[in-house]
Amino acid sequence: MTDTTASSPATSGPATGRAAFDPGAAAARATDAILRDTLHGTHRGVVVDSPPGAGKSTLVVRAARELAAAGRPLMVVAQTNAQVDDLVARLAEKDPELPVGRLHSNDPDPYDKALDALPNVRKSAKAADLAGLDVVISTAAKWAHVQGVEPWRHAIVDEAYQMRSDALLAVAGLFERALFVGDPGQLDPFSVVGADQWAGLSYDPSASAVSTLLAHNPELPQHRLPVSWRLPASAAPLVSDAFYPYTPFRSGTGHGDRGLTFGVPSDGSGPDRVLDEAAASGWGLLELPARRTPRTDPEAVRAVALVVRRMLDRGGAATSERSPGPVPVTADRIAVGTAHRDQAAAVRAALAELGVSGVAVDTANRLQGREFDVTVVLHPLSGRPDATAFHLETGRLCVLASRHRHACVVVCRAGVAELLDEHPSTEPVRLGVTVKFPDGWEANHSVLARLSEHRVSWQP
Amino acid sequence: MSLISTLARLEAVESGRARPLATVRHRRISDEPLVLVPLTTAGEAGAPLGALVGTDRDAPRLLTVAQPRDRDLRFAFLGELAEAVLPYLDTYAEVIEPAERNETDPETGKRVKVEVELCVDAPQLIVPSRPGIDFVRLLGRSMRFRRTAEDDPDTPYPAPPRVPLLGRWLTHYGERARVPGSSLLLAATDLLNRHWATGQSSLEDQHLGALLAWIDPPEGVSGAEAALRAELDRDRGGQLRCPPAGPATDPAFDNRLLAPAIEGYDRARQALAAAEDGPGAEEQLARLSAAERDIRELLAGVMRPTWDAVWHGLDLLRALPEGERVADRWTRDRWSFTGHRDRVRAGEPPQPRLDDAVTAAQKLASRETAQAQLEAQEALDDPLVFAGRRLSGEAFLSEVTEVVMAYSESKRPSPRPLVTVRTDDRPHLEAGTKVFRSLDGKPQSAEFVRSSAEDADDNDADGVLVLRLTDRMGRGKEPAPGSVPEKGDRIAWTLFEHDQRGGPKLPDPEETPWTHGGPPGADDATPPHARAEAHAPDPVTEEDFL
Repeated sequence: MTDTTASSPATSGPATGRAAFDPGAAAARATDAILRDTLHGTHRGVVVDSPPGAGKSTLVVRAARELAAAGRPLMVVAQTNAQVDDLVARLAEKDPELPVGRLHSNDPDPYDKALDALPNVRKSAKAADLAGLDVVISTAAKWAHVQGVEPWRHAIVDEAYQMRSDALLAVAGLFERALFVGDPGQLDPFSVVGADQWAGLSYDPSASAVSTLLAHNPELPQHRLPVSWRLPASAAPLVSDAFYPYTPFRSGTGHGDRGLTFGVPSDGSGPDRVLDEAAASGWGLLELPARRTPRTDPEAVRAVALVVRRMLDRGGAATSERSPGPVPVTADRIAVGTAHRDQAAAVRAALAELGVSGVAVDTANRLQGREFDVTVVLHPLSGRPDATAFHLETGRLCVLASRHRHACVVVCRAGVAELLDEHPSTEPVRLGVTVKFPDGWEANHSVLARLSEHRVSWQP
Repeated sequence: MSLISTLARLEAVESGRARPLATVRHRRISDEPLVLVPLTTAGEAGAPLGALVGTDRDAPRLLTVAQPRDRDLRFAFLGELAEAVLPYLDTYAEVIEPAERNETDPETGKRVKVEVELCVDAPQLIVPSRPGIDFVRLLGRSMRFRRTAEDDPDTPYPAPPRVPLLGRWLTHYGERARVPGSSLLLAATDLLNRHWATGQSSLEDQHLGALLAWIDPPEGVSGAEAALRAELDRDRGGQLRCPPAGPATDPAFDNRLLAPAIEGYDRARQALAAAEDGPGAEEQLARLSAAERDIRELLAGVMRPTWDAVWHGLDLLRALPEGERVADRWTRDRWSFTGHRDRVRAGEPPQPRLDDAVTAAQKLASRETAQAQLEAQEALDDPLVFAGRRLSGEAFLSEVTEVVMAYSESKRPSPRPLVTVRTDDRPHLEAGTKVFRSLDGKPQSAEFVRSSAEDADDNDADGVLVLRLTDRMGRGKEPAPGSVPEKGDRIAWTLFEHDQRGGPKLPDPEETPWTHGGPPGADDATPPHARAEAHAPDPVTEEDFL
């Protein structure tokens, strides 16, 4: 593996590190190395691991522009239509002259209408219509249906760790070389049917595209982005230690660079106290009394909604490197994350009851790749009688704990630590499968231990 | 576990009897299934011990291996099993009807219709439990690569004639059993668990005896009590009254009954060998057959209760009417059976040990499609399953209160009527969410526009929804008759699609891309470590010499 971080964050302590560690320079060095391998390397593929908020999209946009400038026709593979539209918009913003093709499906409303305003973006459902454009962007699902075209010289595969191996199999014939970018710590792709019979095969169709790629091409250069620009200094160590123990990263900002304040003082209630704790430290754990509940635990759901409501009522304002003065934290800068869709639906209903609208409420799967100022998370294990593999999945907690720029409040029933101890991981060990570290059980314990330093117990 | 099945389990605990999870039968039960109750030898992986097999519930065919470690006897058993199973398969392979299939013409590359044969019905295999299915797979794998004397006269240990063929069929059935909703190879426990919820844990639900006790307890006994007896009751000799459904046997049976009987058999064999042609030989031969008979009786004794339990379960399932769309899925099973019949007849080699990258991806994609289709079809066939989807916000039952004609904004406006419905359910809808209903067996789609709560500004809990119909209304300006609901119609809508689009076309295996190791067989494309793993023995370590 090519280690691109000259000064490893693990070896420099937080006290002395600030002076020695220049996040901007470290990130630039990593980006330069990646672009060098992509543009001038001899390998057919380059893999880039990116922790949450490390500038993955910026890297993709920059690589796309440089490949286009070098005269290499480029296809970009993303996983969802929202990601594709976002990439197109970013590319057009950076380089309005660049001819970009948006390949879309035949469904009604196949792409964001905002793209219609971009003069150099051509949209079509047929790949042939977009031939000759510098960059053509689409989802993996749509690319899989493209046939009978001249292969592209180069491809960029975005969110490659969330792409399934079989999806890569369907599109890999379309390009000669590729840059694979993704976050190994987020949710792994999954299948609704059992795929155990292929476990351990290098091309297990249910595994991630990157694991298949590297199993067959172990010599490919692997890079890593070393700095998270999203996560605040308070959050990066927790997320890095719990989810990326062997590939640590740093926050791009220091402890004093970000701040969260309220216009209205606390009324002493649980939600207000936990908000104060989160504003001061970046984390807050609102602990409800231990109890076994159904998935849509009404008390916990209401507590989540109340925290959001109080956040808005108290006039939260965020200070960051992005603007000179404090910026109000409005509803669209807040997200609520849950494990299940019915929980998300229950939170939406509870928010509507409190008269709150515009807050993104979704499951971890759908919040992947998004960024907010403040997040409120319903802990996946809250109130459960058991800890299943689904609820223990490392990526789920990682996604939920790494969407925020300022603060994250976790709402949880007491007793999760005991629950974890009663349910040690019992996943079968399969021959030939690379064991992923850390396992969900360990990561959950680690996060919980850190969160409990910011605990506010509350009896609603 | 869904909310409705949790509820059913709670009710089962309270009432002491299993509660239905379905009002119709969601799997095909053939008129004449072949039931197979296999047993395996403890501590000897893949060594069959015995089996009851047949289509007649009163006259199962008993096959046993008196000494499971003797490979000759094992092969004799497999040969007999082939003679029991293959004629049953053959009777179905002969009865055919003409059918059409889409194929790609190799010359023009166009899709063309081809006249082919389709078997009118397919043979069905029923085993007691899920480990039974795994055992069928294991038997298939152990047999399909064997060579008979006919295949290769020089092979040192030829297999009985039809054994490799049985291996290929069992492999095909084992693989087909992984396709959601298929009915070629089924486990009785899976069938019963699909249709009833018991008050015991899902681990205990794998015990056929306990499961049947919950569903159909004896007179005057609660299901919980009867299940406990089925699990624990032993006779004076310490033997379970309800032996495990296999293929694993009860250790008490192995230790106290089976092991002494096999030892007796071994002794008789040695004595016979020692007697050679002497005067005692005839007597020794009689002793040997007596010892063998003892083992057969012992094994029959532990398999017969399972055999009867499987048929009992089938009776219970047959009492349920078959779901409407089960026949559709069974047709796929018939295609699967016919396809494998054709591959065998064409002289194709046995299924490979491992799938290649393209085959694995194709199988996974088709199983995912089958899973989504199964879930949709079960909900459409069965109001109780549909109720579960309603409870989880994935479907709703509604009454039409108003229909307003509207048109799309395009050069040729097409009908897009707005249908207002009232529902007591709480579907998870957002603007633009697609919903589907079944119209003459085909799905018609609509999109959710808004909750109509203009007159009451409290909230949208009054359950009035406005939907816009988006298809299946014909080509004209006026919608085709019967394609738009009318006021008062009661309609079941789902948020999930009824049919699944197939996945994209994958490359041919010979064109496997570099990301997946290149074409199979091209050795330089296989990653070095994978090649070493596949062919080289483990390296010798110091521990090997301890």
